[in-house]
Amino acid sequence: MTSAVPRLVEQFEHGLDAPICLTWELTYACNLACVHCLSSSGKRDPGELSTQDCKDIIDELERMQVFYVNVGGGEPTVRPDFWELVDYATAHHVGVKFSTNGVRITPEVATRLAASDYVDVQISLDGATAEVNDAVRGPGSYAMAVRALENLAAAGFSDAKISVVVTRQNVDQLDEFASLASRYGATLRITRLRPSGRGADVWDDLHPTADQQVQLYQWLVAKGERVLTGDSFFHLSGLGEPGALAGLNMCGAGRVVCLIDPVGDVYACPFAIHDRFLAGNILSDGGFDKVWKDAPLFRELREPQSAGACGSCGHYDSCRGGCMAAKFFTGLPMDGPDPECVQGYGTPALAAERDKPRPSGDHSHGRRRSGPVPLTLSPHPPTPPQRLCNESPV
Amino acid sequence: MRPEAFGALLYHFGTRKLSFLKNRTILAVVQSLADHPDVRAACRAAGVEDSRQGPYLHALGVLAGSNMLVPADAKEAA
Repeated sequence: MTSAVPRLVEQFEHGLDAPICLTWELTYACNLACVHCLSSSGKRDPGELSTQDCKDIIDELERMQVFYVNVGGGEPTVRPDFWELVDYATAHHVGVKFSTNGVRITPEVATRLAASDYVDVQISLDGATAEVNDAVRGPGSYAMAVRALENLAAAGFSDAKISVVVTRQNVDQLDEFASLASRYGATLRITRLRPSGRGADVWDDLHPTADQQVQLYQWLVAKGERVLTGDSFFHLSGLGEPGALAGLNMCGAGRVVCLIDPVGDVYACPFAIHDRFLAGNILSDGGFDKVWKDAPLFRELREPQSAGACGSCGHYDSCRGGCMAAKFFTGLPMDGPDPECVQGYGTPALAAERDKPRPSGDHSHGRRRSGPVPLTLSPHPPTPPQRLCNESPV
Repeated sequence: MRPEAFGALLYHFGTRKLSFLKNRTILAVVQSLADHPDVRAACRAAGVEDSRQGPYLHALGVLAGSNMLVPADAKEAA
């Protein structure tokens, strides 16, 4: 009764009365400017939800029995009401897991967090060394994350999560990440790089190669028992026996998960902040419950999906065609192979003529990069200045 | 515990574990446990005869093993 079986996955594909969990990006403001940011964050959106709006949404999530929210951004802790909202959610039986780059995890905050049983903290780190991490997340970001982990450990906060997006540059560091996690009494969480947000600009250079996908799969099977993945590597499941990878291994977009953005827009999943996957707005469309249950996009996603070009592949039952967002943002057809298809069908699809969609929102500081991104892992270009207070994120 | 068309979802806020009840009968059993002296009586009340209770007792055992089900007096004491 406690493990998922295929029949249950099929049930889930028809959608649930409420999400199991959802991602809630509280603000587009961020002190960093990671090159692969899913939400193209940087500057606060002037239309971001007020404290009262957020509390009303939490009340609704409580009524719907949404078990927990994955809070992110942007950097959620820069919202002045962040801790007030965390306390409000946990007091209303909505668990909170929040992702942070560590900027506000001072010794005082760490002590406060250690006193709560219902808050999980995920510190984002995309390299087990400053060199690899800072090339993607910006100068000083490794030191900031490690300081946060030190503060949490010193305060007695148990089981922080180290949250890693697996890239071509860090896939060889998985053992080092695991050591880092055990050094701080933390759990390692690794997830898939998506070509979403600014990630679309750098995906070609950052996503793991075909050989690295196999390496990652083997690492997960051999050493992944205590490693969290957010079920994000289901595109790899065709590499071995069904069930070798823990978790549901299905696309939950609009069926068991979704995303609320800082202005109250509801998207199918955290990797799909684009008009194509916009289900509605909580404030203007009658509340979250209504959007979840009635949005035409979500109803469509809960219908049986076409296997399309993947229909004749013997592995379709395990990978289900892979990640919708990864296909969309790389300009591949939705009913075809995942760009990182482990049977190799993504490679010719990527080589063919394709139109990548234009981003429908961008909150980046300054101008977005265009053209190739310099990915040498040595000293970062000095511009733009990354000091925390150069621009108030709030 | 959140009833769903297929059964129910259970989430434990302490352990962060998610569990599933895979049909409405086991849901009825779990919901009525507190009203019965033991699990067999709860199963019987939900229409599951003694000879068919094996899978249900196993499922309840798994839930108890992960602290998803706790004794009523422990709950009152907490």
